[in-house]
Amino acid sequence: MNYNWNWHIFLEPNPMGTGTYLDMLLAGLVVTVKVSVLAWIIALVSGTVIGVLRTLPSRTASWIGFCWVEFFRNMPLLVQLFLWFFVLPELLPKSAGLWMKQLPNAPFWTAAVGVGLFMSARVAVQLQAGIGSLPRGQKQASTALGLTTVQTYRYVLLPMAFRIILPPLTSEFLNTIKNSAVAITIGLIELTGQARSMQEFSFQVFEAFTAATVLYLLLNFVVVTAMRFLERYVAIPGYITGK
Amino acid sequence: MTMLGNFDFDVIRRALPYLFFEGMRFTLTLTALAAFGGLVFGTMIALMRLSSYKWLGRIAGFYVDFIRSLPLVLVIFWFYFLVPYIGQWLTGASRPITVGAFASSLITFIAFEAAYFSEIMRAGIQSISKGQPAAASALGLTYAQSMRYVVLPQAFRNMLPVLLTQTIVLFQDTSLVYVLSIPDFLGAASKVAQRDGRLVEMYLFAALVYFVISCVASFGVRRLQSRIAIVR
Repeated sequence: MNYNWNWHIFLEPNPMGTGTYLDMLLAGLVVTVKVSVLAWIIALVSGTVIGVLRTLPSRTASWIGFCWVEFFRNMPLLVQLFLWFFVLPELLPKSAGLWMKQLPNAPFWTAAVGVGLFMSARVAVQLQAGIGSLPRGQKQASTALGLTTVQTYRYVLLPMAFRIILPPLTSEFLNTIKNSAVAITIGLIELTGQARSMQEFSFQVFEAFTAATVLYLLLNFVVVTAMRFLERYVAIPGYITGK
Repeated sequence: MTMLGNFDFDVIRRALPYLFFEGMRFTLTLTALAAFGGLVFGTMIALMRLSSYKWLGRIAGFYVDFIRSLPLVLVIFWFYFLVPYIGQWLTGASRPITVGAFASSLITFIAFEAAYFSEIMRAGIQSISKGQPAAASALGLTYAQSMRYVVLPQAFRNMLPVLLTQTIVLFQDTSLVYVLSIPDFLGAASKVAQRDGRLVEMYLFAALVYFVISCVASFGVRRLQSRIAIVR
């Protein structure tokens, strides 16, 4: 290979005047983390609502849940981001569209909401499966005790269902982090984006991408470790994964 | 609705031949070949993971975990820049060889999807009861024969719905070649959108097409799933 390796490139100043190339990549990592966490919160909240709707006896509720999941699952994430970023501001009334376009940091907010809603469909499906896996007696016992539907979900079904689906939720969170890289297409300079601009400025393609790869692996490792602790912390003694 | 009044259907109609004969053909060819290649290499990786040689399993496991912890966009960039050098190394050329957009994205998607397909095939192989390979070897079949004629056909059949679902995901993921400015279906739509200044029409139409194809395909998979379910 006649490629000029230069691993010292990370310590050289970047042309943006914001420190070294390493600083550039770390700034990208921070954006990736911020966007992923925000998207994950959105995915968890809306995914929980939709997942619960899908398990209610009401026809309308489960139909709404069905439509939501099918809508967000059957379009590529990239297309969804384009819809939120380019199309939605044009369809809204003029003033609202203008507000969206002039939002400072518009790619960041669009990415967080877009990735969040995309992931919410997957969270909803997982949660539905989790609630479905609980014995029927749980719900019946709650009703017999005089709990309302809201109370049944709040105190009985959801706490159990979330514990059951914690492992698949971990991989969905990892997917959220990975999916945040798609936002490069609407101009968000996250980790992959920074690696790409480092490659364009310095011509050190493989160093830039190696660094981004290592940072993604580290991020994965941190999330997996944290989630393992969480799993152990919330485990119920005598139950499935309990002590 | 300010915009729907001057929604220009004619822009879409004029772009249809380009969108489908160029764009969608690229997308579908890439999806089909990548799914096939991903399945072949994925099955090989799955067999490596389950092999009795520990080191083979460890290599395969490392590859799968590694690929699965990276964003597809980053992997696309990696291969886009790496493939010319690999080609140079393989052919012994004096400089990095030029690789076309299609070949580059095909190699990327096969390498990427192989990791995902291998996990599906691994689950499929592990779902086959131990008696099957045992009976095969009792009949005097070699390892290759017992895999080829006994285990893999059943594993493939059991996992067909999951493999097809993964192929629908792959179909949607191919849109990410957009980052290399390759005219797949979305790339073609985006080119027309920017040329004619008609982002709303083109992106809505692209979204609709992806939505309809994915919906119909996943409906078909669900039908298939209920039809081929083996009664045990």
